[in-house]
Amino acid sequence: MKRRKALQSIGLSSLGLVGLHPQIKAAELMPAPHPDAETGKKDPVFEQFGRTEYEAQRDARLFAEQFFTPHELKTISILADIIIPRDERSGSATDAGVPAFIEFMAKDRPEMQTPLRGGLAWIDNQSKKRFGTAFSDSTPAQRIEIVEDIAYPERGKPSMSQGIAFFSLMRNLTASGFWSSKIGIEDIGYMGNIPNMWDGPPKEVLEKYGLL
Amino acid sequence: MNDFQIKNTPDVFDVIVIGSGAGGGMAVYELTKAGAKVCLLEAGQHYDPADPKYITQLKWPYESPRRGASTRYRPFGDFDAAYGGWDIDGEPYTTAPGTKFRWFRSRMLGGRTNHWGRISLRFGPDDFRRKSIDGLGEDWPISYHEVAPFYDEVDRLIGVFGTKENLPNDPDSIFLPAPKPRLHEMLLQKSNKRLGITTIPSRLSILTKKINEDRGVCFYCNQCNRACVAYADFSSSSCLCNPASKTKNLYTINYAMAREILTDARTGLATGVSYIDTQTMEEKTVRGRIVVLAASACESARLLLNSKSARFPQGLANSSGVVGKYLHDSTGASRSALVPMLMDRTRYNEDGVGGLHVYSPWWLDNKKLDFPRGYHIEYWGGMSMPAYGFGWGIEGVNGLLPDRNGNPREAGGYGAGLKEDYRRFYGAYVGMAGRGEAIAREDNYCEIDPNVVDKFGIPVLRFNYKWSDHERLQAKHMHDTFEQIIHELGGIPLGEKPGPDQDYGLNAPGEIIHEVGTIRMGNDPNTSALNKWQQAHDVKNLFVTDAAPFVSQGDKNCTWTILALSMRASRHIVEERKAGRL
Repeated sequence: MKRRKALQSIGLSSLGLVGLHPQIKAAELMPAPHPDAETGKKDPVFEQFGRTEYEAQRDARLFAEQFFTPHELKTISILADIIIPRDERSGSATDAGVPAFIEFMAKDRPEMQTPLRGGLAWIDNQSKKRFGTAFSDSTPAQRIEIVEDIAYPERGKPSMSQGIAFFSLMRNLTASGFWSSKIGIEDIGYMGNIPNMWDGPPKEVLEKYGLL
Repeated sequence: MNDFQIKNTPDVFDVIVIGSGAGGGMAVYELTKAGAKVCLLEAGQHYDPADPKYITQLKWPYESPRRGASTRYRPFGDFDAAYGGWDIDGEPYTTAPGTKFRWFRSRMLGGRTNHWGRISLRFGPDDFRRKSIDGLGEDWPISYHEVAPFYDEVDRLIGVFGTKENLPNDPDSIFLPAPKPRLHEMLLQKSNKRLGITTIPSRLSILTKKINEDRGVCFYCNQCNRACVAYADFSSSSCLCNPASKTKNLYTINYAMAREILTDARTGLATGVSYIDTQTMEEKTVRGRIVVLAASACESARLLLNSKSARFPQGLANSSGVVGKYLHDSTGASRSALVPMLMDRTRYNEDGVGGLHVYSPWWLDNKKLDFPRGYHIEYWGGMSMPAYGFGWGIEGVNGLLPDRNGNPREAGGYGAGLKEDYRRFYGAYVGMAGRGEAIAREDNYCEIDPNVVDKFGIPVLRFNYKWSDHERLQAKHMHDTFEQIIHELGGIPLGEKPGPDQDYGLNAPGEIIHEVGTIRMGNDPNTSALNKWQQAHDVKNLFVTDAAPFVSQGDKNCTWTILALSMRASRHIVEERKAGRL
């Protein structure tokens, strides 16, 4: 049940009612978790927040388009999970819907299309040269061998510079997509975006920094 | 809004107000309250931050398919409450070769007040008489003493928090309680004190206490830029235009792009406004006895320059030729840092109000410096809501410090170690930005581009704006200061310190969105367009109440002064009308 519905059903109020106590109104705005928000490509939830007419149309148009091929998306997924894997605390980049996010960003920011498509082709070329297979068809150990060459900008060999640039872009997009997802926000421990009473940092924090 | 519209619109309104931002909003608020029948022309759409169809507040980043990233249509991010931006389809502007200017416009009720930073600083006594102090620019025709009662009223009407500091040129408002500083802000206060850099609670128009029945109290979500559903922050739409509508004296026309102020060829008085209905592209006219121009400094200048007639061949209210000149924006430069002692932080809700809880007002004496005028410093940091861009560029940061076990850490990486880095660095960044006073100069100006029109057929502005050494040296000083602040805080400055080849990191003119000065006021009709009541010297029933009349702008953000001066000009209109002089 959506938070708003829940509040209505317990008789608080409905949104937009004149004279509504603003704090209650704010509480009502707290969105319910959307089970499909992480994975749904054409999730209608994306149309629900304060879009202008033009923005809503543009987003709908972008959702209807497909930029990456299935092969490219597979490679993106593999790389994203190498960058942010599942661990004891939270899920992986693909668990958080990162490939769908990158697909959307490539359409939203066309200037990213060639660096991403070209980078994916670069990594396939590397893999074919070294192992005779596309990156996604190579073994996990083979993939890591390539990643080791492009994941550390200061270590990188000059011959790897284009791969390093691509991997940095992938790392940054993956981080953006992961940490701004529901899984990522829970993992990082962000505790806001709710009505609150701010009264300064907790006492133990002040103590730790000698600010009491 | 329609419920409150005047039912029978008069053929001739008492007043036509062009623009619904801070200056226009205050004018319609004051004038409708006094009983005038007012027509408000707004080029953009309706907007009400409490109406669900506009709300972006308290949305999560994953509710945006781009996770809150900016677009051309939302330059400050997908949730920001500004419809428009630097670059609006079909509404171009140009820049003269070798000059720069960026122009931010919001096409919506309330204009740019819906998303602004709510930094609400009074100008100080010196800010009205800078020429007398350093010989540059011009003095205002009014003093702080004349504006102070209106600042007081704005404080009470709209609300601003802060602390009484008794600083000579940063006058105290009638303050609501200020929120306590966040952790990084407390640490900055402590380390800045050792440097002698005054760092005090910020002054923002956000309600930390209830002031009336129409507006709620801040619930600390740190999202004022999304506009507040509780009306706990000031925006012209919610705090001025809405109450004005309730008087039933206001008739608002949205999608009305003003093209020309009409005048009577015989009397030379303004008689109305021609506008384009942007939905139908039809040209329409409204008639009024008085016209109040508040379309934003540059848009207002454009409208006057485009309102040419046989009687006013240089454009309306421009016999002095100053319209468009003396354009100036605040200076800006910024730097960020990683603060090792803020790594691995204890998690708690640190949102606070929308923006900074502390700032540094100008603390030095220009007599000992190589540039005129001052700047203030704004700070940011903390455990804020992740969104697009989170962790971006970590390959430039995570090699700077050893890992948790004290082992050297290689920049970049992937996998479990990288995932842990993002957690460790969360909330460990601090940033700061200087906002300073530029000199208003005749040779920084906007004019009508002779060759270009917008999609409505209206000739567009061409900007001519260059920074001088005054501003460059100020920016250099900002960057030197930022490094001192960062080192004293125990931080590691990020990025390169910009040198002279980059104008010491000065933002391009216009980027700080404090552009003012294009229709300046003064006592001499040969060197100013408006008198000290913001009334055109040439056209007595024409007033300008946005930031165009500003003679200079201190290092203070301009909104609080726009509001106080618009209130003052509006009261003057009412008095003059009652006295039969208008």
